[in-house]
Amino acid sequence: MSDLQSQDYVRRSASTLTPPSVRSHEDEVAKLIDVSRCIGCKACQSACMEWNDLRPEVGHFEGSYENPADLGPSVWTLMKFAEHENEQGNLEWLIRKDGCMHCEDPGCLKACPAPGAIVQYANGIVDFISDKCIGCGYCVKGCPFNIPRISKQDHKSYKCTLCSDRVSVGLEPACVKACPTGAIMFGSKTDMKHQAAERIEDLKSRGFDQAGLYDPPEVGGTHVMYVLHHADKPSLYSGLPDKPRISPVVGAWKGFIKPLAVAGIALAAVGAFFHWITAGPNEVTEEDEAEGERVLREADAHEPEKSP
Amino acid sequence: MTRPNNAITRYTAANRVNHWITALCFVLLTLSGLAMFHPMLFFLSGLFGGGQWMRAAHPWIGIVLMASYLGLIIQFWRENLVNRDDVAWMKSIRYVAVNDEEHVPPVGRNNAGQKMVFWSMTLLVPALFFSGLLIWEVYFGAATSIPVQRVAVLVHSLAAIAAILVWVVHVYAAIWIRHSVRAMTQGYVTPGWAWRHHRKWLWELASEQHDKAPPRKHP
Ligand code: HEM
Ligand code: SF4
Ligand code: SF4
Repeated sequence: MSDLQSQDYVRRSASTLTPPSVRSHEDEVAKLIDVSRCIGCKACQSACMEWNDLRPEVGHFEGSYENPADLGPSVWTLMKFAEHENEQGNLEWLIRKDGCMHCEDPGCLKACPAPGAIVQYANGIVDFISDKCIGCGYCVKGCPFNIPRISKQDHKSYKCTLCSDRVSVGLEPACVKACPTGAIMFGSKTDMKHQAAERIEDLKSRGFDQAGLYDPPEVGGTHVMYVLHHADKPSLYSGLPDKPRISPVVGAWKGFIKPLAVAGIALAAVGAFFHWITAGPNEVTEEDEAEGERVLREADAHEPEKSP
Repeated sequence: MTRPNNAITRYTAANRVNHWITALCFVLLTLSGLAMFHPMLFFLSGLFGGGQWMRAAHPWIGIVLMASYLGLIIQFWRENLVNRDDVAWMKSIRYVAVNDEEHVPPVGRNNAGQKMVFWSMTLLVPALFFSGLLIWEVYFGAATSIPVQRVAVLVHSLAAIAAILVWVVHVYAAIWIRHSVRAMTQGYVTPGWAWRHHRKWLWELASEQHDKAPPRKHP
């Protein structure tokens, strides 16, 4: 499990060197959220506030069970409620616990310009080291799931930590502990996939042919996975992306352009230096001065042509 | 300021103050921008008191730059209009590069290179300004959608690189063509400098001088 020594990094934002990773012999973890077992009680949401000492401002009733209206700097997980009418004309209430997916290939980390402000531990957890965050909001642009939020008070970016502090001492995340129906499970990623497979089999036997696991390969898989009854249409669940991927625009911005541009600027400066020592400075000669003086003198002496 | 008595004014005090405000802003923006642009340059954030201060200061300096550069556009656009001489000058660029002034056709107050710097920046500074506003998290983070901001940050990055390259050329040209810097610090050039680098401008000045010459000079 991730340890507070920070010697188990597999990724570190804005770093060109290998991060300290000697203590990286650990299992990858995952949280498995079985949407079909969730009753929307928000115990996980409360537990998250409780463990992390988060108190979002009390908002307004917006005509929905969703409360607050959106994720925020102090809302790291949020129950989202969607009403869906299925082919049989029956109403389905699709409830999803939204929050950071802890991507294997995290777009937030890729975009972040501050060295070490976002790290990924060997167990797969993506953590914001807020002390190093400069508040630029690049992680917001990098994330394919629209997760990080920047605080207006301290200008730092926040999101779910997967309770990295609890996990590092062998506890399960607070939301997992609080869930009364066992809809949230936590363990090694391999175990969670086995668990999911059993659940999916059960769901299929009960008529949900499209039941499946949400572990999107486009971001290398995630360390928060869902069991969905409609795995063919994840977007039914309050806009869970069907094919989440780091935007190609972000890829272009953070890709080969950067080293190329820095090299280009350095080359231009070096080129200028070599021009200086080969072609040399362009000096005004004494002849130039004499010619320049002559032009001015002649103009002075000249009778104005336009004068009568 | 002591000037030789044959000095020709090239830039007025207003020109110069405006230019150096722009230059200062540009340098600060380049340093803070590059710190965010590449991890190996993040150490530059130390110049601004750390990452948070740098991130906060950059857009404000950008606003000053935009206002200041507008001043330069207003003061300099006329003399940067392109004409036939610019084509001729560009065709002789390889002689320009090796200081072979004999083979370079005479040009007016600005040559094609200077005009290119002016017009590139006239395009790039507003591009940086508007793309910069879109990615200004504190005030405009919620003003546009995330996909728009992704494009804006890419545009800002690319425009910044282009502007920095133009700036390198601009600064080197000022060092290379001796006594250009003095034109922008003390405001004057010598007749020989004007003859060598901007001969048509010198001719214009000479003819203006006798057109406008006060009567008492020609009794
Ligand atoms: C003209 C007004 C400008 C505005 C309003 C502006 C605004 C911004 C903002 C908001 C950011 C994101 C970081 C932050 O929040 O501080 C940024 C990044 C940046 N700016 Fe500017 N900027 C301007 C001009 C410039 C100029 C003139 C340059 C350099 C030539 C420049 C170079 C950069 C670079 C290199 C980045 C980092 C881009 C990246 O991470 O790839 N900016 N700018
Ligand atoms: S806001 Fe903070 S965590 Fe997000 S990209 Fe910027 S420095 Fe990194
Ligand atoms: S969901 Fe977003 S914030 Fe979470 S790890 Fe993935 S990219 Fe980062």
